[in-house]
Amino acid sequence: MTTNALLEVNNLTVEIPTRRGTLIPVNEVSFNIDRGEIVGVVGESGAGKSITGSAIIGLLDPPARIAGGSVTLQGKLISDMNENQLRDIRGKRIGTVFQDPLTSLDPLMSIGNQLSETAMAHLNIGRDQAREKALQALIDVGIPAAESRLDAYPHEFSGGMRQRVVIALALIGDPELIIADEPTTALDVSVQAQVLMLLKRLCKERNTGVMLITHDMGVIAETTDRVVVLYAGRVAEIGDTRQVLTAAIHPYTQGLVGATPNPTNLANSQERLNQIPGTMPGLLSMPAGCPFHPRCSEVMEVCKTTLPTLSQRENSTIACHLGAEAKT
Amino acid sequence: MFAYIIRRFFQGALVLGIVGFIAFSMFRFIGDPYENILGQDATVLDRQALEERLGLNKPIAIQYLKFLGNAMQGEFGVSYRNGIPVSEMIAQRLPATIELAIVSALFALFLGVLLGVYTAINRDGFLANFIMTTSLIGVSLPTFLIGILLIWVFAVELNVLPSFGRGETVEIWGWKTGLATASGLKSIILPAITLGLYQMTLVMRLVRSEMLEVLRTDYIRFARARGLTRRAINFGHALKNTLLPVITIIGIQLGQIIAFAIITETVFQWPGVGLLFINAVNFVDVPIMATYLLLVGSLFVVINLVVDLLYVVIDPRLRLDGTEAR
Repeated sequence: MTTNALLEVNNLTVEIPTRRGTLIPVNEVSFNIDRGEIVGVVGESGAGKSITGSAIIGLLDPPARIAGGSVTLQGKLISDMNENQLRDIRGKRIGTVFQDPLTSLDPLMSIGNQLSETAMAHLNIGRDQAREKALQALIDVGIPAAESRLDAYPHEFSGGMRQRVVIALALIGDPELIIADEPTTALDVSVQAQVLMLLKRLCKERNTGVMLITHDMGVIAETTDRVVVLYAGRVAEIGDTRQVLTAAIHPYTQGLVGATPNPTNLANSQERLNQIPGTMPGLLSMPAGCPFHPRCSEVMEVCKTTLPTLSQRENSTIACHLGAEAKT
Repeated sequence: MFAYIIRRFFQGALVLGIVGFIAFSMFRFIGDPYENILGQDATVLDRQALEERLGLNKPIAIQYLKFLGNAMQGEFGVSYRNGIPVSEMIAQRLPATIELAIVSALFALFLGVLLGVYTAINRDGFLANFIMTTSLIGVSLPTFLIGILLIWVFAVELNVLPSFGRGETVEIWGWKTGLATASGLKSIILPAITLGLYQMTLVMRLVRSEMLEVLRTDYIRFARARGLTRRAINFGHALKNTLLPVITIIGIQLGQIIAFAIITETVFQWPGVGLLFINAVNFVDVPIMATYLLLVGSLFVVINLVVDLLYVVIDPRLRLDGTEAR
């Protein structure tokens, strides 16, 4: 790991106080993102992916709050900033793309105005310049006949086109980092690939770092450089995408990869997909030791009592007791 | 879009036709028209002459159509009590009611939206909670009690505002207005607050709950993620989306304000159509009552039409013809 990373998340912990106890949906999560690098964050529903993303830009819904750890953007601590300071980070230095493009845009404002108001909020430019900038942003994301679409309203666009508009909005302030929270989940499969490729191309061109939150291993394989696997709010494995997909070490990651259909195999075999037995534990009933041990196929005695720490293993960093003593 | 307006227009016409029929029936069922006009000791001949003159021997349908035709030409008959054409009496009184209604509607709207937005944004603040609690008073106190309380405090105890009447009026282009003189302005304050208080609290509570709803939506979250200022988010995005459902209620409430001006006008002896109506009821002056009914009915229809058009102005999704799915 480099020390001059674009984004450094260090032991980030989020807690939600409730009447039945304090929930910890994100527990001591650490990872880095470099400029121009696409990092996938993957895990089951409820693993803490989206909350991690929200915590980074300070958009946690109360009563959820950051309870520990730090988030640093280019060496500057942003996790303890107040709302006013964060406003200069959001949109300008960290762009965001949400899951559902149908609900991300204000239905009563033309997309040209939404784009130019965002540009004017960050770039210190006038109305005319902002409009030009908005037009350019629409052209960049491949909206056909962009000029005539500036005054159109969100309901006049299809889902895929709307997500392109959302991406244009995220990129208009020229941010160093994009947090994309399941950007293609709500889209048609055929449109998904287009949108992903667009996001990938734009970010590589501008040297923008991307945190791509998804539960789709196919998206991870196609798009990302590195991948962070989350399980029950903790990091299970971090490594190069190729490494993680082909030679996963953590049994959970193996399970995730094994549960993904492979078109070439599927065509000539009747084999069933592997599935990971059981479900992820609830946040109020976290088991002792490794949170994955009740579902793990290679569970050992030590797993039931001791939480595994992250350790370097070949090209990955893993939290697992399996083979730990052999490597150290 | 055009078809939409036409459709609404015909619906409105139908409603007015029905209201007109009810107003028309009042002539036949409330009191005896012969007695009302001729007095108790009229001869049979007198009655027959009157029957002929007013067309009361014609079929009901013909009479009704004649009534509607007259109403459309601004012909509402002659007051039983004063012998003056009703249209003249109404025209003389209407400016007072319209001024009162507009001032109290503006009061309700501006203060209501302002407080609604404030209490939604600072939902757990001390002042916001205080406003919400006191607003219950506005919702639950009856209008006449509020009026009397205001008179007691500001006219009797503090003696700063007049307790009744319109003050001095001046005529501008044939419109007798009280808004151009100091005493007229002073006189309108208490009645306007009395009339608009309920609507103000209603608008405030409605704006607050709608706004809280809107503030939870994805596009507001996304607007925050885009780094917009609080002001741009709250007023540029949230408020506009909040107002959409609020406009309907405000439209209906504006009709209510005019219709319920009766009570306020009575408490403050405000010389408007409401007071005219109450006096007409006391003397069973049917032409005035019927005309008032038609007037209020038309106002409601017109307001609803305007509300529908406002929707289209605010919400771009309605600008299509309704033929396209999205």
